[in-house]
Amino acid sequence: MNFRGLFGLTWLEIKIFLREPLGVFGTVLPALIFIGAGRVFGPRMRTASPDTLSIVSVDVPVFAALMLAVSAVLSLVAIIAIYREGGILRRLRATPLRPYTILIAHVMVKLILTAATIALMFLAGRRDYPVAATVPLASFTVAVLSATVCILSLGFLIASLVPTARFAQPLGTLILYPMFAISGLFLPLDRLPRLLQIIARVTPFSYAVSLLRGIWRGDGWAVHVGDLLAMAGMFLVFTAVSTRVFRWE
Amino acid sequence: MGAPVTRSPVIHVASIRKTYGRTVAVDDVSFAVEQGEIFGLIGPNGAGKTTTMECVEGLRQPDRGDVSVLGLSPGRDAHALQERIGVQLQESQLQKRITVWEAVSFWSSLYRKSLDGAHLIEQLGLSDKRGAWFMTLSGGQKQRLFIALALINDPEVVFLDELTTGLDPQARRAIWDLVRDIRQRGKTVFLTTHLMEEAERLCDRVAIIDHGRIVDIGAPSELVDRHCPERTVIVATEDPSAAQRFAAMPQVDSVTSQGLELTVRGHGDDLITAVIHSLADHQIRVLDFRTELPTLEDVFLKLTGHAIRA
Repeated sequence: MNFRGLFGLTWLEIKIFLREPLGVFGTVLPALIFIGAGRVFGPRMRTASPDTLSIVSVDVPVFAALMLAVSAVLSLVAIIAIYREGGILRRLRATPLRPYTILIAHVMVKLILTAATIALMFLAGRRDYPVAATVPLASFTVAVLSATVCILSLGFLIASLVPTARFAQPLGTLILYPMFAISGLFLPLDRLPRLLQIIARVTPFSYAVSLLRGIWRGDGWAVHVGDLLAMAGMFLVFTAVSTRVFRWE
Repeated sequence: MGAPVTRSPVIHVASIRKTYGRTVAVDDVSFAVEQGEIFGLIGPNGAGKTTTMECVEGLRQPDRGDVSVLGLSPGRDAHALQERIGVQLQESQLQKRITVWEAVSFWSSLYRKSLDGAHLIEQLGLSDKRGAWFMTLSGGQKQRLFIALALINDPEVVFLDELTTGLDPQARRAIWDLVRDIRQRGKTVFLTTHLMEEAERLCDRVAIIDHGRIVDIGAPSELVDRHCPERTVIVATEDPSAAQRFAAMPQVDSVTSQGLELTVRGHGDDLITAVIHSLADHQIRVLDFRTELPTLEDVFLKLTGHAIRA
């Protein structure tokens, strides 16, 4: 692997992404909304019932983290589609860069920006949210990034399937948000119709929700080996299929 | 024209074939490109130029046939080959918000050997655009940047695919000078174009390709001599005897008149001299005199039966 090329491209793509009007916005906006909401609701939360508090202090962070992952994936799908349509992928391939290096660089960009946003949100959240001091932030970040990697591999599969850049965002949204809706975060999985339960079991989101909730609450990694294995398995399947059907042009 | 001195093939293409589904894009194409020449693959859009070039660059794998570039196989040794060739792709873009300098320095970081990027963009007249985003560059500036990226690793062979398509005539001429400079540095240039004027002015040798097949290969002037030996002289005169005088000459095939203009069609390099002698011998007063020499465009029409723009 050409590490110099990989890091060079990653750094270059981060700079380019932050120059996009939506680039900075997408990275900073979640943190800003978070701070705003904290200012408004934070004081009230201190007096809320324990049940409400548990929802706010566990499910809100999990929701926020997964929204970050989804937006990272949607942005990746769009970028790959635009780069393919503009022949940028083709031009990069006609260099000593190995083709997969180009794709790994884009994954790294998304992971780095996601991690940065989580850090921003955490710093903001410490002030205004009644977050327990015991929340294992490092583990939680690792968990979010593993979920993101798995969902990104699904993103590559979507990027392989979208016919043109114009369809990238709508198609990605159409596939990811329903998966998110039945992830168990909004409604417990066992209250979903049987068919949806089965579908939920073959998407990464149900495992991501279970993992993130658990890690946030303080579970050890050992408790979530099943979730990790499921996501790893999906990652391998999505990646294997993507490498077969991915189109460079 | 700086004629190449050494002559050994750097690109060998032997009977390659490439199909997309049921469409045969390239069929039994063979040619060789010599060290230090500008070789053009010419033909209309969809003739198979880009597919052929991409098989040579290693971006595509031909279904059949052999390709060798600098002694390497583009399919098997793609990686080693990329270090030694420079590529400009048809209709390719860069990231909208990448700056000229970022592109040049990133590209130079990818190769083991690279030229001084600052010097290169200065040579290509892009110095004052160093910090400009790709999306803000004009068509000519973008193409010059792509030439810079194709030259950054000091390649032995440079591939240029439809380099001047979409440029205005002035930008086009400037790019032609740049391509001649590349040859001047001893590089081999392999280009494709559907512009016959470009091929005629730029290329040492051309291969005419149509419907995926090579029709003929040679220097532009050779091809014209071989396929279009006809010469045309147009003489405007009020002398009523002129038409008969010309028609009587052995080199002349036909004489047609329109108003005062006589169009004299014939063959062989002697035709023009013979017409001039005849004018002098018979003291014919001439109002206007011009010759029309066939071009590659005519060769193309003759060989394929249709105009290149079709």
